[in-house]
Amino acid sequence: MRIVVPVKSVPDLVEEIELTADETGIDREYLTFVLSEWDAQALEEALLLKDAGGAQVVAVGLADDPEIDQILYTALAKGADAAVKIADASVAGLSGPRVIRTADRAALLAGYLADQPADLVVTGVQAADDLDGQLPATLAALLDLPHVSVAVSVVAAGGSVTVRQEFAAGRSHELQVQLPAVIGVQSARQAPRYAPITRIRQAQQAGGLTEVAVSPRAAGAGLVVRRMHRPEAGGHAEMLTGSAGNVADQIVGLLRARGLVKG
Amino acid sequence: MNDEVSSNVMVLAEHTGMQVSEGTYELIGKARELASALGGVTEVVLLGRRAVAARLDGADIVVSVEHPALEEYLPEAYEQALLEVLAQRSPRLLLMSNATIGLDLGAALSVRWDAPLAGYVSALEIDGGAVMATAKILGGKVLAEVELPGERGIVTVLGGAFSAAAGQLASTPEVVDVTPPAGLDALRMSLRQVFEADGGDVDISSADMLVSVGRGIESQDNMEIVLELAGALGVPLSASRPVVDAGWLPKTRQVGQSGLKVKPKVYLAFGISGAPEHLEGMRNAELIIACNTDPGAPIFGVAHCGTTVDLFDLVPELVDKIRG
Ligand SMILES: Cc1cc2nc3c(=O)[nH]c(=O)nc-3n(C[C@H](O)[C@H](O)[C@H](O)COP(=O)(O)OP(=O)(O)OC[C@H]3O[C@@H](n4cnc5c(N)ncnc54)[C@H](O)[C@@H]3O)c2cc1C
Repeated sequence: MRIVVPVKSVPDLVEEIELTADETGIDREYLTFVLSEWDAQALEEALLLKDAGGAQVVAVGLADDPEIDQILYTALAKGADAAVKIADASVAGLSGPRVIRTADRAALLAGYLADQPADLVVTGVQAADDLDGQLPATLAALLDLPHVSVAVSVVAAGGSVTVRQEFAAGRSHELQVQLPAVIGVQSARQAPRYAPITRIRQAQQAGGLTEVAVSPRAAGAGLVVRRMHRPEAGGHAEMLTGSAGNVADQIVGLLRARGLVKG
Repeated sequence: MNDEVSSNVMVLAEHTGMQVSEGTYELIGKARELASALGGVTEVVLLGRRAVAARLDGADIVVSVEHPALEEYLPEAYEQALLEVLAQRSPRLLLMSNATIGLDLGAALSVRWDAPLAGYVSALEIDGGAVMATAKILGGKVLAEVELPGERGIVTVLGGAFSAAAGQLASTPEVVDVTPPAGLDALRMSLRQVFEADGGDVDISSADMLVSVGRGIESQDNMEIVLELAGALGVPLSASRPVVDAGWLPKTRQVGQSGLKVKPKVYLAFGISGAPEHLEGMRNAELIIACNTDPGAPIFGVAHCGTTVDLFDLVPELVDKIRG
């Protein structure tokens, strides 16, 4: 089974997000980028499928994504069999400060998958910078493949996979999905494995990244971004300041006033 | 097939058996407002359970498709049925939840119905005939104001963004039946089993106060300090999704979109950023007190009181003072 795992980087949300001067995009230049957390879960689920019954796992990113080399070498160090970068110069408007639209990303990946078909595509259910929809369903629609999102378990079963799909309040469905298919992973069956730094270095030295050019599928109608801005700082929260002891006194005072702490 | 675009606003009803989700009513209420601005009416798509129509009284029209494959939610079956409904009814806008069903179908319909999609939407209005949406992206740290150009569009909406009361009216909608498309008999997936939620040791949704912990706690070992605080207060410990995914607390303690909705008198949040999916589960708490070292954390947008003191300094102090 050939499993393709599209991966991408997103701004590290621990930092303040810088916007472009015209306020229609995020300014990639001043941000730290990390692997999208849901892609990390998808990669883990793919590696679990490989561990269970043998599969070839291929991590795929766009050459224009920040930190993509590091992300792909880490995937190799964790056990991916191959790592591919899609050269995206062929699509106008992709580079520069703006986030790549999910529709454009899907169009490139669909082009790649048309050349190099997969039995199974697993990727993150969403990414923090999605705006025009999520990758799994967009990609599946372009390729006319069955798809399931918000998966919390994917297990191989002959020419199909058994997928657990999660809903609110802990309800879930078990689905049988024919391959080829696209699955959007919410969380893997176990926490993503750790890649020792020495293994990442080995992968880097071995230089196992392949770069490919593809002809993208046509991307759908897009949104017009009028403006991006940060929500009002602090919103309506009253900030409690002082030492930890001071702040604790104030919080305990609030709880006492409501009769939730005695004394 | 109907080539003429109507001015109607369509909502996909989400229901578990006969139970209609709260989010469906939130969408219907908003759809009514948008439809009146556009000069159209509100249509609600109801798949697999025609009898639920009686509970969709905020709709002007209920569009029903009946087929065995639609009895429970099944992604491919819903997608096929919706494409058929969209082709026949040509609404101006389709509204869906930004939860599992919207994440599953929204983007696929955007490609296949050829309409722009705005996701993670928290505000929506018609401005001079144009559809304008505000999306919460980057974990709620950025708001994007977008226009959906063209003659039709799809919007997936965050839970709790609009009022559910506005979608619950005493009226009797007209029910229009749409013949199920042939594709429903040749699906590439099937439903094998439905799992209901496990009952937990404690019901966090009925607690007066919750101590809630997020990824800021960093490790399982550190859970000890928040457990101690919850113990000192005599209240349950709840958590954001990553803490549950890591296996540090059971699923029954998860607050948010894919966990439980809670409305305690006090919600104490430690190391929780306030992603939209988390806020959905706790924003209606009477008093929200948030501790987060990042002054820009979106949790402060819903908290009544906040502090940027480190949780590892604050929590032990709280334990000491409560134990007295
Ligand atoms: C379909 C779907 C459903 C989802 N359902 C849910 C759900 O039900 N519930 C849910 O919670 N999430 C849900 N999520 C996930 C959600 O998108 C976020 O990823 C999640 O809520 C983030 O959890 P967090 O705030 O604990 O972690 P993070 O976003 O990583 O935030 C950790 C915070 O801790 C702060 N911090 C770090 N160190 C300290 C310290 N020493 N002291 C104080 N603060 C500190 C940081 O500043 C940061 O803001 C869902 C996602 C999807 C796609």
